[in-house]
Amino acid sequence: MLLITCPHCGPRPELEFTHGGEAHIARPENPAAMNAEDWTEYLYMRANPKGLHAERWRHLHGCARFFNALRDTTTDQFVATYATGQPRPDLKGAGQ
Amino acid sequence: MSKTLRTPAGGSVNRVKTIKFSFDGKTYQGLEGDTLASALLANGIRVMGRSFKYHRARGVLGAGSEEPNALVAVRRDKARIAPNLRATQVELYDGLVAESQNRWPSLNFDVGAVLSLLSPFIPAGFYYKTFMWPKSAWDKLYEPNIRAAAGLGHAPTEADPDSYLNRFAHCEVLIIGAGPAGLAAALAASEGGERVILVDEQCELGGSLLSATDAVIDGQSGRAWRDAVVAKLAANPKVTLMTRANAFGYFAHNMIGVAERLSEHQASPAKGAPRERLWQIRAREVVLATGAIERPLVFPDNDRPGIILADSARTYLNRYGVLPGKRVVVATGHDEAYRAALDLHKAGVTIAAIADARPNPKGPLVEAARAAGLPIKTGYAITGTKGTLGVAEARLSPILGAGRVGPPEIVACDSVLMSGGFTPSVHLFSQSRGKVVWDETLETYLPGASAEAERSAGACRGQFGLAKALADGFAAGSDAARLTVKRDFVVQATEGDPKGVVGALPHDRGNGAKAFIDWQNDVTTKDLKLAVREGFQSIEHIKRYTTTGMATDQGKTSNLNALGVISDALDRPIPQIGLTTFRMPYTPVTFGVLAGMARGDLFDPVRTTPIHDWAVEQGAVFEDVSLWKRARFFPQGREDMEAAVRRECLAVRSHCGIFDASTLGKIEVVGPDAAEFMNRFYINAWTKLGVGKCRYGIVCREDGFVTDDGVVGRMSQDRFHVTTTTGGAPRVLAMMEDYLQTEWPDLDVWLTSTTEQFAVIALQGPKARDILSGLVEGIDLSPEALAHMSLVEGKICGVPTRLFRVSFTGELGFEINVPSQHGRKVWEAIWAAGQPHGLVPYGTETMHVLRAEKGFIIVGQETDGTATPDDVGLTWAVGKAKPDYVGKRSLARPAMAAPDRKQLVGLLTKDPHIVLEEGAQVVLTPGQKAPMALVGHVTSSYHSAVLGRSIALAMVSGGRARIGETVYIPMPGSDIAVDVTSPVFYDPEGVRVNG
Repeated sequence: MLLITCPHCGPRPELEFTHGGEAHIARPENPAAMNAEDWTEYLYMRANPKGLHAERWRHLHGCARFFNALRDTTTDQFVATYATGQPRPDLKGAGQ
Repeated sequence: MSKTLRTPAGGSVNRVKTIKFSFDGKTYQGLEGDTLASALLANGIRVMGRSFKYHRARGVLGAGSEEPNALVAVRRDKARIAPNLRATQVELYDGLVAESQNRWPSLNFDVGAVLSLLSPFIPAGFYYKTFMWPKSAWDKLYEPNIRAAAGLGHAPTEADPDSYLNRFAHCEVLIIGAGPAGLAAALAASEGGERVILVDEQCELGGSLLSATDAVIDGQSGRAWRDAVVAKLAANPKVTLMTRANAFGYFAHNMIGVAERLSEHQASPAKGAPRERLWQIRAREVVLATGAIERPLVFPDNDRPGIILADSARTYLNRYGVLPGKRVVVATGHDEAYRAALDLHKAGVTIAAIADARPNPKGPLVEAARAAGLPIKTGYAITGTKGTLGVAEARLSPILGAGRVGPPEIVACDSVLMSGGFTPSVHLFSQSRGKVVWDETLETYLPGASAEAERSAGACRGQFGLAKALADGFAAGSDAARLTVKRDFVVQATEGDPKGVVGALPHDRGNGAKAFIDWQNDVTTKDLKLAVREGFQSIEHIKRYTTTGMATDQGKTSNLNALGVISDALDRPIPQIGLTTFRMPYTPVTFGVLAGMARGDLFDPVRTTPIHDWAVEQGAVFEDVSLWKRARFFPQGREDMEAAVRRECLAVRSHCGIFDASTLGKIEVVGPDAAEFMNRFYINAWTKLGVGKCRYGIVCREDGFVTDDGVVGRMSQDRFHVTTTTGGAPRVLAMMEDYLQTEWPDLDVWLTSTTEQFAVIALQGPKARDILSGLVEGIDLSPEALAHMSLVEGKICGVPTRLFRVSFTGELGFEINVPSQHGRKVWEAIWAAGQPHGLVPYGTETMHVLRAEKGFIIVGQETDGTATPDDVGLTWAVGKAKPDYVGKRSLARPAMAAPDRKQLVGLLTKDPHIVLEEGAQVVLTPGQKAPMALVGHVTSSYHSAVLGRSIALAMVSGGRARIGETVYIPMPGSDIAVDVTSPVFYDPEGVRVNG
């Protein structure tokens, strides 16, 4: 069971969290104006990196807030968690 | 052989406390402190199990959790049978009943052993090669027979009556293994005052110190030092000591799973005493002090009962006071076997020969054996054994080199001790995703770089010998606790060369000889060589093809020797072959300890409504809907479901029914931007919905498919009372929170689940208004004041209510929301008021029929995650003027408007008595052969009492254009002809909601 640091509550067991998929995918301002390719890109295309992955978690059984995390998909180690709306931290080489 | 092999003195067993136990129906005596294995050995019992594949008679090989042979079932009663326990770990108690496994009719005479004679015909991959054809025979013939013949133990046939516990624990330093390294680590780690947990699989802490004889640490005997250290640790309130605790799994982020045996070892556990406890320990730092496991030698006939690992023999002697035999041959490739020979020699055992495969062994242990006059043959391999159900002689041959041996000598003996050296236990390290690295000097795999905050210490990382283990353990404990404590242990112990032999010994016994690598799965050197000859190269493939290392012992004694043999066969060095991943559990754990409290009523949470007990009292039959218990129907007298539902349906249509709708999901959407939020989230338009009005709302996902529905009432300008499906409430709330928190943080809206706060009583039928009228205060129920799809706040039976006029039946209907604590009182008041009006309670089954008669969908029944609002006939609900809502862009895709999409329609069978099967397929023409051209499927199907015939809803390709056509439902034997109709079967004009 992962140990996840909620940026609002601190380290808590994975049991308290739900996973929310890839982070930093903002819903377009005006979906109606988008062509099919761009909409498909937004709706379906997701990264599947080997290494650092920015993903959303929700501390459902805690503060109930969504936040973002950088997790190394090869080791499951979290190198950062940060509030929704914050940019992805620049951590070149981190988690290696 | 003499009946008793118990020494007159020595060991830590309690000599004055004898214990009676039975094995395969025969009664024996052991001593307090014995394991089942040591007590059986003391009684001269050699054969303790039969092997998995060939049913060969097997004796005990080891003395701990590595034991592959002596697997037994321990039985307390019919429901308490624990199979596949290692006799070496079963602590003896008075009245213990143990049975051997994998034999019939008896252990010493096993019919299945004939398989051993057939073994030339059962090579590696035998099952894959033989039972290929015909395919149809697999299910009925091959698999059942293979399973019956090859089964390993039997599960009890009754439910487990015992209880199991589950606890979480946190500590700064967790130390796994309480041998010298683990104890030293605990000593160091505990000096900083942080929380330390020390776990060990044995019933006592101490590891190898429990069977050490001559070691002296800081002027004390090993045992006395161990006692003092354990006492010191036990007195420290920050230190937790756990025995009988199997650290079976290393999970992510330093979470260790530990199965602790609590009452398994007691003669009569207190009534209700838990049997085991699962610990989930989260540690900042972990110290693995898991030691090393002695390797068997690989030589022909090496599985005969009486052949045991040398260090295990020392354990039996020094800890349990049991001799492996009276005349012993020691076969070795490692110095430690000399220590065993010396200890046995001192205990009066005749050492008939020491056959050392090494040409020129030296060092203090070898010299001590020489000084004691033990007959040492260097450069000798053991090349065979003989004996019936035990060993009677050993065959020793001089090694000539290049795989050849000279003429053998036959040495009579009643036991053979063997040692190929020690393999570090890197199982938990490997589970933690750490990568092992090959050590050229020790010829073994050792822990490499860590993947978690852990470090290995002592023998498990190749630091062999007492002095090294203590020093390494102490340093690891200090490091883990982030301390810089130092301590020098003064150790007097004779240490040998840590290097041993890997792989098979040479022999001249030809192809028929069986030299076992993996005792538990009956894998021999021949099997591995055959796999290589057949082209297998990868260790992962060879493992699966031959099953080496795949048994319940996880290859504890076999893995390295298997690599050695494969290395020879492939002519490639071991590090180029690699090592298979170690799987959890380290030692098997019971299902009980994993299930813990999550069984029976506690398997899953059960949600009940405030009206639940009333329904129970009325004899309702319940069904599970997500976690809820819902009343399905209320049988009267001897009614079955069909009769009850028919009666309930007619009563609602003719008089009135009362229905518990409390399980409906409810979410309060509040705030200045509540209407804007609703506009963005639902497909419907909300801005113009007046206060006191309701609307049927539909939620799509961003991909445009319907995910939930429910009536929404506007309580005030800034407050919506949202309802969802029973099962969908958490999902909808989570989806709302997701959009609110991450996409629209600018909106000032609060979301609160109120599902549990309101009891919801649905009152449906022409008499509903008459029944309610005497119960409400300050509420005008007249059609003018409270029209269909409107709501009012007021009081009912003296408690506040949100009273909705809505209908999921097509009849005049109300849904009365009251605070949960008043739910039953209000329900009973309505029930009493309804008696003169013929009010009946109805359940979910009737609810389903009534809504289907009206063509109302159930999300998840008519829809399956690929239906758009238009597919299910809800285009009217879409707020078309809205610039955007969740799902809008996807619904604009051309494919979403394709005319051949599956659309909701009604189906009426030509024969009104036939009720279709839900899930049945729809085809356009009868008499088709598979594969048929399927155009849809039946989603709901019932007998409609009010219509006097069957009805069905279906999703059919281009369905709305097919209304009026005849289509077919192919069923075994015939095609059922049905007419495609509108999905609204009853009261299509919708006049009945007006009462």
